Amino acid sequence: MSTLKNGIVCSPAIHAPGEREITFSQAIREAVAEEMARDERVFVIGEDVAEAGSVFKVLVGLLDEFGADRVIDSPISEAGIAGIGVGAAITGMRPIVDIMFGDFTTLVMDQMINQAAKTHYMSGGKLTVPMVLRTTLGASRRSAAQHSQSLHALFSHIPGLKVAVPATPYDAKGLMKSAIRDDNPVVIFEDKMLYQQKGPVPEGEYVLPLGQADVKRAGEDITIVATSSMVYTALEAVDKLAEAGISAELVDPRTTTPLDTETLIESARKTSRALVVDEGYQQYGVTGELAAVIADGAFYYLDAPVKRIGAMNVPVPFSPAMEDLTIPSADYVFETAKAMCG
Amino acid sequence: MTETNGTKQNGAELDAEHWLQAYEQMVRIRSFEEAANELYTSARMPGIAHLYIGEEAIAVGMCEVLRQDDYITSTHRGHGHCLAKGAALDRMFAELLGKEAGYCRGKGGSMHIADQETGNLGANGIVGGSAGIATGAGMSIKLRGTDQVAVCFFGDGALGQGLLYESMNMAQLWKLPVIYVCENNQYGEYTHNSKTAAGSMIGRATGFGVHAQGIDGQDIRTVYSTARLVVDRARNGGGPAFLVCNTYRFRGHHVGDIDRPYRTREEEEEWAKRDPLKLLEDWLTKTRQADASVFERIQQDVQTAVDEAVNFALEAPFPEESEVERHVYA
Ligand SMILES: Cc1ncc(C[n+]2csc(CCOP(=O)(O)OP(=O)(O)O)c2C)c(N)n1
Ligand SMILES: [Mg+2]
Repeated sequence: MSTLKNGIVCSPAIHAPGEREITFSQAIREAVAEEMARDERVFVIGEDVAEAGSVFKVLVGLLDEFGADRVIDSPISEAGIAGIGVGAAITGMRPIVDIMFGDFTTLVMDQMINQAAKTHYMSGGKLTVPMVLRTTLGASRRSAAQHSQSLHALFSHIPGLKVAVPATPYDAKGLMKSAIRDDNPVVIFEDKMLYQQKGPVPEGEYVLPLGQADVKRAGEDITIVATSSMVYTALEAVDKLAEAGISAELVDPRTTTPLDTETLIESARKTSRALVVDEGYQQYGVTGELAAVIADGAFYYLDAPVKRIGAMNVPVPFSPAMEDLTIPSADYVFETAKAMCG
Repeated sequence: MTETNGTKQNGAELDAEHWLQAYEQMVRIRSFEEAANELYTSARMPGIAHLYIGEEAIAVGMCEVLRQDDYITSTHRGHGHCLAKGAALDRMFAELLGKEAGYCRGKGGSMHIADQETGNLGANGIVGGSAGIATGAGMSIKLRGTDQVAVCFFGDGALGQGLLYESMNMAQLWKLPVIYVCENNQYGEYTHNSKTAAGSMIGRATGFGVHAQGIDGQDIRTVYSTARLVVDRARNGGGPAFLVCNTYRFRGHHVGDIDRPYRTREEEEEWAKRDPLKLLEDWLTKTRQADASVFERIQQDVQTAVDEAVNFALEAPFPEESEVERHVYA
């Protein structure tokens, strides 16, 4: 049992078995450190990642453990370090490129979309780009429109890239390790608000496959699909639904590309209703794709149209009076799900 | 990295009134920042802020030579630029607190203050993000045939951004009236620029043929006289300039950065001796243009104005919920 960011206590079903509890941040650090120890081709590059251990303190200690050749403080040159990541990956290294805020990934778009994503295909399978781009997503830190976006849909749109959006420490560690070992460019989005989130993570070695959803709560009446920190928002709604006599199933895809369509469709077929929640802008977003996949695959089993809830289609405003309105809330998820079951 | 090949001026041709105004403007920025810090530590300001304390001479020295219709672009550490270009204290604080009376109706906050009335095209949360905007303003000035000037403020960290170099190249090609002002406070976040900037800073501009100078950013008289030179030159069709103003941020990267393990207290003390306010006070005193009583009176008047502005902002209402969906499109 553990206390989540919303102060609610969740059942062990959300977690993998294991006694030890560590934070999301520690889970990421462990994954990176284990992979660096295991494979000397792995290195980390980014702004303030070495001496400062990253601005969110996620990488503290790596510099001491692996030295300045493998944990590299870069200039504020996002396009440059992404390019270095691509080039180093093609020539035998396994770089982890750190982009502090997901908002700054706009600066690496050419390197990621036209270079990293295309190289393997364009070379007829000759070249590979085994790199990881780790970055953040999520609002609600009163950081305004250029430090609050959830831009994972942009990368999910691109064939050739893989995208992970872990919600729990357990998932974060397992997915990060797989991402580092993967022969493709993988972008990992970590919600800034989750770094202090604790959860059980086993001591031993494990990896989680990219492309495997996780049923975080089993239920009968409605499927709620949620990503990243929206898993906790949805979980709060699931508990409220239970009080209202509605049994909801919570499915976390964990990666948007590749997407575990099977689990999503199977769950929706079983419950006959589906609601998708994601913190990216709703328009042309992850919710649209997931809803379409479910509508397609479960059409004949559905008792209601598939619904989706994303962030409002506005730049994230600074004022607390406005910012909170733009993000999916547990109440809104609850009301929407309840209405669908009515 | 600290490079100078700069202008040295004694400012003797200007009268005491001018310098006391400049002093007051610097004090206003200092007091504003102290109050912002206080609002943060007392948990009355949402989010964080990047304080300009220690760097006041640059914004004030540059903006003193600008007209109201000249443009500036600013940075995440932008309060000083906005105030120096003429922003009002009360609407600044209101923005920091996310209130409707703020310059951006609470939508922007500390990092995004914009005010077209005073030629402020906006502070920017993206390091180097305004290099293109300032250069575009320069292009617009040229096409519209006016004699305005655009000043682009950015930090030494922005020297890592490619956009800056694309922009400077074009500004020089087309002789755009843009002044690129690098506020070299030695650090980008928690990393000293000796680890992030190779070679010469001013060489980055001279490579494009852009007029470049490295100057003492703590001495407002030097900043002012250099600004006078390059702004007049740009206004008269002489093209862009690049200034590296050597300075130091006296506080942490942002209000929450209080331990500062990445630099020594000794280094901070050395720079504290070169407090821009103190330097101007000393010179004015030494040349008998003013004395301590004058400085004190200015400080008190400014403090009263700052206190009033803070109260205004604290009492101002938050925006209505309907505000959220306004201004997504024009
Ligand atoms: C493109 C981009 N990368 C990274 C950041 C995060 N960041 C904010 S301020 C900062 C340091 C900026 O240093 P500098 O330009 O020297 O300005 P200073 O803070 O010293 O005034 C960084 C890396 C950002 N805002 N934008
Ligand atoms: Mg700096």
